[in-house]
Amino acid sequence: MTAREVILGRLRAALGEPRPAPAEVPRDYRPAGTAAADLDLLVDRLTDYRATVHRCAGAGVARIVDAVLGGRQVVVPPGLPGHWLPGTVVAVPDDDLPPERIAAADGVVTAAAVAVAETGTILLDGAPDQGRRIITLLPDVHLCVVRADQVVAAVPDALARVTPHRPLTWISGPSATSDIELNRVEGVHGPRNLHVIIVD
Amino acid sequence: MTRTFLGMPATAPRGVGHLRGEEPFPAAARRALVDAQLRRNLRHATTTIRGKSGAVIGEVPDWQELRAAARAIKTDTMARLPELLEQLEAAVTAAGGTVHWAADAVEANRIVTDLVGAAGADRVMKVKSMATQEIGLNEALEAAGIEPVETDLAELIVQLGDDRPSHILVPAIHRNRAEIREIFLRAMPGVDPTLTDEPAVLAAAARRHLRETFLSTRVAVSGANFAVAETGTLAVVESEGNGRMCLTLPETLITVMGIEKVVPTWRDLEVFLQLLPRASTGERMNPYTSMWTGVTPGDGPQAFHLVLLDNGRSAVLADEVGRQALHCIRCSACLNVCPVYERAGGHAYGSVYPGPIGAVLSPQLTGVADNASLPYASSLCGACYDACPVMIDIPSILVHLRGQAPHPRAEATAMAAAAYTMDHPALYAAAQRAARLSRLAGPRGRGLPPPLSGWTASRDLPEPPPQTFREWWAQR
Repeated sequence: MTAREVILGRLRAALGEPRPAPAEVPRDYRPAGTAAADLDLLVDRLTDYRATVHRCAGAGVARIVDAVLGGRQVVVPPGLPGHWLPGTVVAVPDDDLPPERIAAADGVVTAAAVAVAETGTILLDGAPDQGRRIITLLPDVHLCVVRADQVVAAVPDALARVTPHRPLTWISGPSATSDIELNRVEGVHGPRNLHVIIVD
Repeated sequence: MTRTFLGMPATAPRGVGHLRGEEPFPAAARRALVDAQLRRNLRHATTTIRGKSGAVIGEVPDWQELRAAARAIKTDTMARLPELLEQLEAAVTAAGGTVHWAADAVEANRIVTDLVGAAGADRVMKVKSMATQEIGLNEALEAAGIEPVETDLAELIVQLGDDRPSHILVPAIHRNRAEIREIFLRAMPGVDPTLTDEPAVLAAAARRHLRETFLSTRVAVSGANFAVAETGTLAVVESEGNGRMCLTLPETLITVMGIEKVVPTWRDLEVFLQLLPRASTGERMNPYTSMWTGVTPGDGPQAFHLVLLDNGRSAVLADEVGRQALHCIRCSACLNVCPVYERAGGHAYGSVYPGPIGAVLSPQLTGVADNASLPYASSLCGACYDACPVMIDIPSILVHLRGQAPHPRAEATAMAAAAYTMDHPALYAAAQRAARLSRLAGPRGRGLPPPLSGWTASRDLPEPPPQTFREWWAQR
């Protein structure tokens, strides 16, 4: 008898016959689609968790990237729109870079999949303009570009927009810990600086 | 149930893991209660977290509706647990993962140790995980010559301090910043000797200390907050980025998950991801949540193993009243509101699961006889039930388990005598007159003689009235 058969047998015995009636799940909470996305709320929530927020029109991204990362080494995912990068940064394209090379870079610029206004959360789903998970993890500055039409109101809206079959990373502010006296301190293992550019 | 036989629900085996304390709760708590520093640290931390959590929960207009949905999803999950686990296994396998089943701690430790050995590694990095603490995985790995490195800041503090965790969410909650600085200075290789006790400085020291480990360790072990049966997706919720490091950088990822962590559908995550961060760290959303489904070519670990752990959970499921303890999402809100936890601290509970949820979960996982004092480690005030984001009725389970705990012979004898007396009116009247004689023994609060002194050690004896109701009625 395998462990699998043992466990499943135990669980069936534990539930007995007849089985407990299946529970009806009341979903009386606010479902996806309840509210429109509120960009000002997103800015407020991001700022509250110590992310730096920039807002601009489509042509302004490169100027902000220059202000944050100009003159420094920046990891670039394969599908990043070229016009987001100013000539002043040293682009390091991620063509399967070794971890040490990524860790040695100063920053990374990516797009996002979705942003959640109510919680100040950015979702990355590994699309070509966001790249592998590792590139947004090792550099100390993550600059993330969010288009206004990617912003949703709340968590249910975000889950409805992404597919579980891609690796997903939900980011709410820079790396932080509450492990010392339950005070929140920004900056442990992930990027200590999170910049979000919202393109209206 | 102490003997395991195939096909019947079984409790967690003795001699492995950390579900049983070395002494009963009252003895351990008495020691904790005289530690003024510990009580100050706990009061400060739990007060802080209650304030933060209350504020962000207050922002959510549909909090009660989310709680009700969560409770129903978990009830539904437990009713269909075998089928959901089979569905999860199929989905994970289809996505390139390998699923292992572990009936108890011994099997789980052996599976993980063998997998690490097969990967040719002598070191693993770990994301904070209650399941692996429960089974004593670190000790098993060390016995096999494999070094486990805890990467969560609080777990690192506990590991470097040669200490035990005392809180589900913040395992070093019993340490303040000055104590943490001392631990780092003493035990962290290459630490800056001018280290201050500023939390940001301490966090930066941990960052430097672990960076090389993250980049060079080829196997990681994690737990899981959720596993979606429908899609095979695993989710880990964290703050520091150590979780992302462990889930992204190694070649091999081994996730050890209690079987109750499965949820039926992808959509169900919309409920739990709203409840968990606000109830646990008091944040609208924790800094990082990672979700992965099997293996993604070119991104992250290329070998993924999921270990499904029973270790007593089937025995919990067998109890119709107690099974809702399996609904727990390990937020630790019940610890933070519990007047007993706030004073006694987590170590007094003996098990890795402290606080109110530990007082109902640990005795059920081990069998009540092995944790018989824990159902009494509560005043039944009900604050835990109010705070629980998945609405586990902890007070009712505590009362239910008290009924199963072995009771001292003296108590059983006294109760039987009381029942007989109350059944016989003449005897009862005589007993009431006799009770009045105890007034001669002295003022209220004096203890009873042994074996009844156990009752009065922590309770005042009520003062009998000068006249009973029946006497008053007869004289009227």
